[in-house]
Amino acid sequence: MIRVDGRSDSSSLIKVRGINKTYSRGGEKIQVLQGLNLDVDKGDFVAFMGPSGSGKTTLLNLLGGLDVPSAGSITVDGDEITHMSASKLTHWRARHVGFIFQMYNLIPVLTAFQNVELPLLLTKLSKSERRKHVETALSVVGLADRMNHYPRQLSGGQEQRVTIARAIVSDPTFLLCDEPTGDLDRKSADEIMALIDELVGKHNKTILMVTHDALVAARAHTTLHLDKGVLIEAGKSAQPVLAGGAV
Amino acid sequence: MKYSRLIFANLFRKKIRLILTIGSFAVALFLFTFLAVVKGAFSRGTELAGADRLVVINRVGLINTMPLAYGDKIRQIKGVMFATHNNWFGGVYQDEKNFFPQFVIDPENQRKVMTEMRVPDDQWKNFVSDRQGAIAGRNLAKRFKWKVGDRIPLQNALYGPTKTWEFNLDGIYTNDKEGGDESQFWLQWDYFYENIPQQIKGQAGWWVLKLDSPDDAVRVGKAIDDGFANSSYETKTETESAFQAGFAKQLGNIQALITTIGSVVFFTLLLVTGNTMAISIRERTGELAVLKAIGFTDRFVLFFVLSESLVIALIGGLLGLGLAILAIPVVGANLNGLLPPLLLSATALGLGVVLAVLVGVASGLLPGLGAMRLRVVDALRRV
Repeated sequence: MIRVDGRSDSSSLIKVRGINKTYSRGGEKIQVLQGLNLDVDKGDFVAFMGPSGSGKTTLLNLLGGLDVPSAGSITVDGDEITHMSASKLTHWRARHVGFIFQMYNLIPVLTAFQNVELPLLLTKLSKSERRKHVETALSVVGLADRMNHYPRQLSGGQEQRVTIARAIVSDPTFLLCDEPTGDLDRKSADEIMALIDELVGKHNKTILMVTHDALVAARAHTTLHLDKGVLIEAGKSAQPVLAGGAV
Repeated sequence: MKYSRLIFANLFRKKIRLILTIGSFAVALFLFTFLAVVKGAFSRGTELAGADRLVVINRVGLINTMPLAYGDKIRQIKGVMFATHNNWFGGVYQDEKNFFPQFVIDPENQRKVMTEMRVPDDQWKNFVSDRQGAIAGRNLAKRFKWKVGDRIPLQNALYGPTKTWEFNLDGIYTNDKEGGDESQFWLQWDYFYENIPQQIKGQAGWWVLKLDSPDDAVRVGKAIDDGFANSSYETKTETESAFQAGFAKQLGNIQALITTIGSVVFFTLLLVTGNTMAISIRERTGELAVLKAIGFTDRFVLFFVLSESLVIALIGGLLGLGLAILAIPVVGANLNGLLPPLLLSATALGLGVVLAVLVGVASGLLPGLGAMRLRVVDALRRV
C-alpha cells in the first residue's frame, strides 16, 4: 500500500517523513523537495512522474542513500538512513539498494558476468557461491547465454538486462530505477518492463521508478507525480501532500 | 585477490596509453638507475680508498714530478710504514681508443702498500725478475683477452721519439674489494728508467704511503709538506680518499650534475604518470560513481586508483631495472676504462624499486583522492 499522507502504520518498508531538499546555486537557495511524505510496502511498485526539475531524481537519490535530505527522515526496513555517516550509508546501500540507471552504466572492460558479480565482491561469498548467484541473476533476466559478452557486444536492451541482473544479484531490499527505458526503443522498453513486472509479480521485489513515459508508468501499482518538489498522487486531487498530511 | 580482475581489466582499457606509460616509466627508471651507477662509479674510488694510505703529489699538479730522493726522506717520518713511488706511463695499445691506466711501479714496495691488489706469488716472482715484465688487472686482461705469457706492445711518445715498448705479461692482479679497480697495467720501474731521457731521470710522479695507523694521517701529511716547503718541488699530501675525490672533481662536479639530471627525470616521470592517471580517472568518473553507488567505499576507490598506478609503476620499474641489468655491463665494457667500473649493486636496484613505488603512489594519490571525494550524485549527473 502506497501512501503519501504520512499517516501509515509502522509496517511500511520505506517511510519518508517531511523531507526537504535545498540546493545552493550561486548564493541562491533552490528548494527541490518540500516536506514530502511517502510510505511504500514490500512488493509495491511505484512510478514517479513529473516535468524535468520537479525533483524525481533527487527523491530517488535520497531514497537510495546517495544524497542526504536538508530536513526530514527516511526509514528503510527499520533503519533510519538520514543520519548515517557516509561510510555507513555506503555499506547500507550495498545491502539494501539495487540501482538501475538509464544509461546502464556497466563497466565496459568487464564481461556481463563480471559486471553482475561486482556487488557480490563486497560480500563474504566464496568464488563458487558468487558464480552461482551471478548465473541465477543472469538467468532471471534471460542472459545466461551472454554472460561472457562485453557490454559493447550487447544491444541496449541486453545491457539494461545486465544492469537489472547486477541490481538484483545481491537480493537487495528494494530497487531504484531511474528512467530504465529512457534510452531504449519501444520493443526493448516493453521487454524491460515485462522483466520488471516479473521481478515484482514473481519475485516480490519492491521497486521505485522514475520515468517520463506514461506507458511505462502505467505498469506500476501506483504513479505519483512530482511538481515543483511536491508529491501528488495520480488520479487524486492536485492538492499537494505536505508533511503532516494533506493540506 | 577478488579485486585483481577489476584492477587489471581497467589497466588494459587503453592498451597504447598503457604501453606508452609503462615504456616511459621503464626508460626513466633505466636512466635513473644508470645515472645512479655512474654516480656510484665516480664516488667508489673515494669509498674504497684505504683509510691508512696517503698520496703525495707535486703541489703544482699531478702531472708535475718530484725527485726520487724524496722517498728516503718520506720513509724516515714516524708513522710511515711503507712508501711506493709510481709514474704515469701513457702508452697506446694498438689504437688510441684502447685507453687504460698504465703505471710504472716500484716492485719492492707496491704490494706492501696496495695490499688489496693481489698477484699470485709465482707470477709476482716472475715479474720482479723480468725487466720487461708487466702485471695487468683482471678486467683489463679480460678486455683484451690477454693471458700470462703474452707479449704486449705499447707505443709511447711521452718519453722521447715515439717508440714501441714491449712487455711480457707475467701476472694478473685481482682486487679484494668489491668493485675495486682491476683495469690497471703495471710495468717495471727499472725498464722504464733505462729507456727514458737523461733529463727526466731521478723523478717520480707520486708516492703512495701506508701508515702505521690512520690516526697518523694528519700529522704525517703535515710533516711531509712542511719538510718540502720552500723547495723547488713542494708537495701536497692528502688521504687517498681526498686524492680520489679531487681527481674526480677535475672532471667537474659530475655528481651534482648527475643528481640534477636524476631529479629532473624523477620529476618528469611523476608528471607524466600523474597526468596519465588523472586522465584515466577523469574518463571513468561515471564508472567510479556507479561503483560507489552499489556499495564500494571511498577508501576502496582510493585503493583501486592507487593499485592501478602502482601496478603501472612496478611493471615499468621492473622493466627499466631489467633493462639496466642487461645494458649496464655492456655499456661498462664499451667505456674502455674511461670511467671506473660500472657496478649495478643490489642497493641501486632496491633504490629503483623504492623509487618506482614512490612515483606510483605519488602519481595515483591526487587522482585517487579526487575519485575518493567524488559525489556520486554529481558524477552520475555528468554521465
